Amino acid sequence: MGEFKVHRVRFFDYMPSGVRCMAFHSRTHRLALARLDGSVEIFNFSDSYFQEKVIPGNESRSVEAICWVAERLFTVGLNGKITEYDLINLRPKYSIDAFGGPIWSVACNAEGSHLAMGCEDGSLKLFEVLPESIQFERNFERQKDRILSVSWHKSGTQIAAGSLDVIRVFDVKSGRAVQRFLVDRSVSGMRNKDCVVWSLSFLSDHTIASADSAGKVQMWDARMGTLIKTHLVSKWDVLTLSVSEDESSIVVGTSEGTVVQFQFLSPTLGHGEQEWIRTKTFRNHTHDVRAVAEIGTALVSGGMDTQLVIRPLLEKHDIKSYDSALRKINFPHRSLVSSAQKCGLLLFQFPGQLELWRLGGTDTNGKPGDSLPIMRKPEKLLQLKRKGDDHICCSALSPCGSWIAYATVSSIRVYHLQLENSSISVTKVSKLPKVLRSAHQLHFSADSSRLFVASGPATVHMVTVSQPECKYVHTFKPKTGLTESIHLLAASADGKWLATASKGCDIHVYNVQKMKYHCTVPLYNSLPSAMAIHPKTNNLVVVHADQQMFEYSIVEKQYTDWSRKLQKEGLHRLWIERDTPITHVTFNPRNPSQFILHDMYMFCIIDQSQPLPDNKTQLYNQLTLKSLAGDVRQSKTHAFKICKKFQPLLHVSLLEDDWLLVVERPLVAISTQLPPPIRQKKFGT
Amino acid sequence: MAALYEGFTLCGLVTGFGQDDPAALGVEPGRDADHVVVTDTGKRVTVYKVSDQKPLGSWTVKQGQSVACPAVCNGQTGEYVVVSDHKVLRVWKDDDISFDKVFKATLSADVQRLHAVPDAEALVLFKRGAVRQLDTLLAAPQQPIEEVLSEDEVIRWSSSFVDGDQPGLLFVTEQNGDHFLYLQKLQPNVLHKYRMEAEGNGANPLSFAARLQDKNIRVTCLYSSGCVFETLLALSPVLGEGVPTLPRSLLLRLPVEEGVVPASASLLFLDDAHVAVVGAPHPSAHAGKDFLCIWNLNFQTLQAAKELPGGVHGQLWSHAARLYVSHGKALTVVPYECEASSLAAAVGKLRPAGPTGEVRPSASIPSWNALLHEEVPPKACKGVETRKSKMSRKSQALPALTVDQVLERIQSVSQEELQQDLGLFLSRAGEPELQLSVGQITTGLVRRCLQEPTFYPQSTLVQLVQTGRLCHSVCPDFLMLALSKKDYFLTQLCLQLFPDIPEAVTCACLKAFLSVMDADLEAVSVDLGSVSFMTDQPPPTRPGGGAAELQNGFSPALLDEDSCDVQTPTLGQSPVEPDLPCPVGPKKAALLNEILQTAHSENFLLPPLKDLSAQQVILLLQYLQFLYVRCSQDVNTQLPGLRTPTISQILDWVCLLLDAHFTVLILVPEAKGLLANLHRFVRSQVRLFSELGKIHSSLQELHQLRQSEDMGLYAIEVIELF
Repeated sequence: MGEFKVHRVRFFDYMPSGVRCMAFHSRTHRLALARLDGSVEIFNFSDSYFQEKVIPGNESRSVEAICWVAERLFTVGLNGKITEYDLINLRPKYSIDAFGGPIWSVACNAEGSHLAMGCEDGSLKLFEVLPESIQFERNFERQKDRILSVSWHKSGTQIAAGSLDVIRVFDVKSGRAVQRFLVDRSVSGMRNKDCVVWSLSFLSDHTIASADSAGKVQMWDARMGTLIKTHLVSKWDVLTLSVSEDESSIVVGTSEGTVVQFQFLSPTLGHGEQEWIRTKTFRNHTHDVRAVAEIGTALVSGGMDTQLVIRPLLEKHDIKSYDSALRKINFPHRSLVSSAQKCGLLLFQFPGQLELWRLGGTDTNGKPGDSLPIMRKPEKLLQLKRKGDDHICCSALSPCGSWIAYATVSSIRVYHLQLENSSISVTKVSKLPKVLRSAHQLHFSADSSRLFVASGPATVHMVTVSQPECKYVHTFKPKTGLTESIHLLAASADGKWLATASKGCDIHVYNVQKMKYHCTVPLYNSLPSAMAIHPKTNNLVVVHADQQMFEYSIVEKQYTDWSRKLQKEGLHRLWIERDTPITHVTFNPRNPSQFILHDMYMFCIIDQSQPLPDNKTQLYNQLTLKSLAGDVRQSKTHAFKICKKFQPLLHVSLLEDDWLLVVERPLVAISTQLPPPIRQKKFGT
Repeated sequence: MAALYEGFTLCGLVTGFGQDDPAALGVEPGRDADHVVVTDTGKRVTVYKVSDQKPLGSWTVKQGQSVACPAVCNGQTGEYVVVSDHKVLRVWKDDDISFDKVFKATLSADVQRLHAVPDAEALVLFKRGAVRQLDTLLAAPQQPIEEVLSEDEVIRWSSSFVDGDQPGLLFVTEQNGDHFLYLQKLQPNVLHKYRMEAEGNGANPLSFAARLQDKNIRVTCLYSSGCVFETLLALSPVLGEGVPTLPRSLLLRLPVEEGVVPASASLLFLDDAHVAVVGAPHPSAHAGKDFLCIWNLNFQTLQAAKELPGGVHGQLWSHAARLYVSHGKALTVVPYECEASSLAAAVGKLRPAGPTGEVRPSASIPSWNALLHEEVPPKACKGVETRKSKMSRKSQALPALTVDQVLERIQSVSQEELQQDLGLFLSRAGEPELQLSVGQITTGLVRRCLQEPTFYPQSTLVQLVQTGRLCHSVCPDFLMLALSKKDYFLTQLCLQLFPDIPEAVTCACLKAFLSVMDADLEAVSVDLGSVSFMTDQPPPTRPGGGAAELQNGFSPALLDEDSCDVQTPTLGQSPVEPDLPCPVGPKKAALLNEILQTAHSENFLLPPLKDLSAQQVILLLQYLQFLYVRCSQDVNTQLPGLRTPTISQILDWVCLLLDAHFTVLILVPEAKGLLANLHRFVRSQVRLFSELGKIHSSLQELHQLRQSEDMGLYAIEVIELF
């Protein structure tokens, strides 16, 4: 197949933000997760745990608690506001000040009609949920200390609220506290510190489960006002607690990075009274576990170490399968890197800035396995800080390397770059058409003359790119009123076609020259995670979150023969079982039958001219092929050429002249930037 | 082990004026395990829920009236019964509020006590010894009550029991310092009277306790001397004339400092092996403090103790794993637990039986109770039908012999008779005592053999050894006797089965084996299992021969091919041919193999080993060398066959022999070739280890190479894809 010279880039110091809180919506199987930088992500657990939506963060917004109300999503934060999100346009819909100081917690009642919020000033506030908004209803009896955790009873008549050293049960009708539990400060030496009830849950049998800063998980009887049981879980704080939907399992997360499960079982098999028994302890985190969720078949946890861990409960899985494997989500399921292949430029997208780098180079050649001497070092040409409080949600670099565009939820900016030897000048395009207010995805055409802006539900605006003004040309919109936003754009090299993929899984193709709708790719029920149009044949390659792959001929409006063959023979089992989605597709300019894909752990060059592997052949066969002689090798080779040498990958693309660009972000580099974890005594230290 | 847990106060008590006055009339079980009925002195009956420490109801008699005995609760009907003013029965339920309005019945005689009987009507014991069931009394309250006791006889203690479904009553009376025990059964109405044996030195009984066990009633009595005596009373006694005196046995002697146990001491059975004692001094505490103690009767040990402040009143009750003891001005509840003690439990080998008990431990674990009280041990060996059990079935009809009879007969009878006796005895002997009796019999036999040089019952001795219950320390002369009689079969058996042969004896055996002529062994039958590799099959084909067993792809042929080891060619020419002849005969070899496998400690083995002559040492070394070569021919390095020595045992013995005799061996010309060969072995081993070390370090290096792959922020690399 051939040799490649690889630019191995590790200077993209992308730093994910820690996980703050999460809420699982069991009916739609979606997990909403808020990070410390205020961004909110939605994962679809029924679609290969794909990160479906990302609502970028904002400097002034912090999220302390997150809550689903039916299909609506609310967060509260230390800015004292409650925010509802527009899940179509992926932006905050509105924010309402609760006037109670920072809000620590929020909970919704079983009917979804009211929200209760615990505030810094000790008040518990009740809001009514209206169809388009929420409205303040009343305050409960004000308490002395801040209220850090709230939970409704299923009946909707009582609310449990955790505060410093105390848990109170409020009667919703009267607004008065009817029970008060003193939480023991317990561990010696911590006597003078308040015991913070970080999280609690009011079960339907009137048991309250609480997690506190003294490392205890306690069960209380809310009717009798008595403590039922104390489990000492940690020497440090127990930060979060979550109950499964059937209330048979409780999971808590601690500062030590452990996740502990409790189950409602009878101590002797078969009969006897059931009680909460500590059953399992997992340790998949190095830092604070700030958020946990019990989703029935798995425990989901996230924390300061930024990764989301999905730990399947093996007793819920009868067979060892794809679903019973531990899964860690470290990076966003979208590309944060764009490259200008012809001029060797790289654009990195951070929440707060963009960085433009020029790749280094060498003049020498070498054997496979060699590391070549670097003649020219890579250089950072530009660091562009964003304006305003909103984080950058998408960015693009034009193929010619002279235009940069980025968007936040409130604005779009386009810059013109002039590179002359060592000097660089950046000018902002001052006049943009009025329609460009926000974008979900930006994409330059192949000749860099046009910019496609996906904004609003299913619409793409096309503007010409020029200095000093960008002119509006056309808006592409499907005929039927689709409501989901577009997250992937692909333009053909000849400037004729534009493909759009939306969160509703539908893919439309438009004829750019005739400015009209061309066709729709048959609907597949998994979200597209990457797509691109072949520069020569104008075939659209689409990869979905469930690892399926299709090639669609735009001209013939049908799947290509290769795609049909692939579907007929089926993808290799090991290919389907990979647990990170493909985030980028590019083509080999030298060989039209090849295209290149990558996920977090590997990149793969797919040669359409070679036979497809079946389940009996070895999928990861590069090492085997290396050891074989030439003619035998020819007979053993297949279409999927997978390289796992570079990990974890954020970007892979083919440049000219057999140059390959890989952008790695070692996990070690991320963990070294984290604050030190809680010191734990290890034996012998 | 028994344990007393943290107690709690159930209620306060109105105490009398002195310490010896009772603080409460009684604590009786309520309607379930968590309820008790407490009767105060004189006035009040209260029902408590114990786990909540909460009174549920309380009833008081009027001023001037008094409660005569503890109130009892009928668990079936939930009714409480008490006797007030000695002869008025009052029956009420939980929801009755006023004590005056409850059902009353006036009886015609004074009542001593009421006894609740589980699942039956309560029993009423009258002052004069008559016993009635409550329902018959309630039907005709004024029925005449007979007088059983004589004029000055006073009831001291009473207790009820249920035999099958027959309730009964047991009570002790005192008359002029003599104590009598009455056993009253109701259906049919039978009364037995016994005289209790008096303590010689004027000690008087303080407290009684009774427990039904295997159709017997164990009546224990604590005397003021600190002794606890037990009297066994059959439930269905043989009727006889007069008043029989009950024999008694000493169960436990409590440590008493001043010679007298305070009168406020009390005793209570917890289970078959444990008693609780209150008021008796603690063996290691100062006087003047009162303790609640649990004693184990089997071991006579103190298992748990708890100090009770405020003085005790000699009152102790127990319901549902809780002890109720009155002390100071309170009634305290102390939960307790008694586990059956067994050695296996102590060393942690007793697996807790599952709830269904479907898995029985393969070896039966004798419990102390079973051992000491001759309970029938569970037949654990049911699954495997041993020879013993077969024999036992065959000889069921024959009369059994006791150990003493066997021991006696050993001294006189002939060998054939002896064989028969022993067979009979072994087939009938129970599991626990077999160990002991086999040892005694063997000792007796050996003693006779030593006295009478002509007497040597070989087959009997073999049978004894084969029981597997003998060891060297039980009968130290046994092995030497076998050796002196040149009974090599028995010697081999002993070496196989005795776990504790001293090194000196091992050496003596070794010496004997080495010096015996192979011809002498012709007639002897010896277990040849360990030398089957010499006799049964031809020596394994040599490496490269084709059929050699390969492990992990190891191919000895390759080794020859590209070995650069200078020593390898000489190995082929050396006298150490793989088909080296065995220097000893197979029987001798089998005996020597047993020696090689005995447990030993090098420090103790070296001195006796020095006694071997140079020729013996050379012979043994040659044999060991032979074994070593045979071992190392095979990749398994383990000789085929049963009970063959392992390569490390062989090498240990080589080292030991060389350590003991090196200086001698150097001077003996015959040993030169042998030593040179051994030297070569050692060198090849050292070489092998150094090669392994090299491989180890190069593998480690590889490991580090992988780790140090760290690169900077940017690199240009060349890769090739196929």
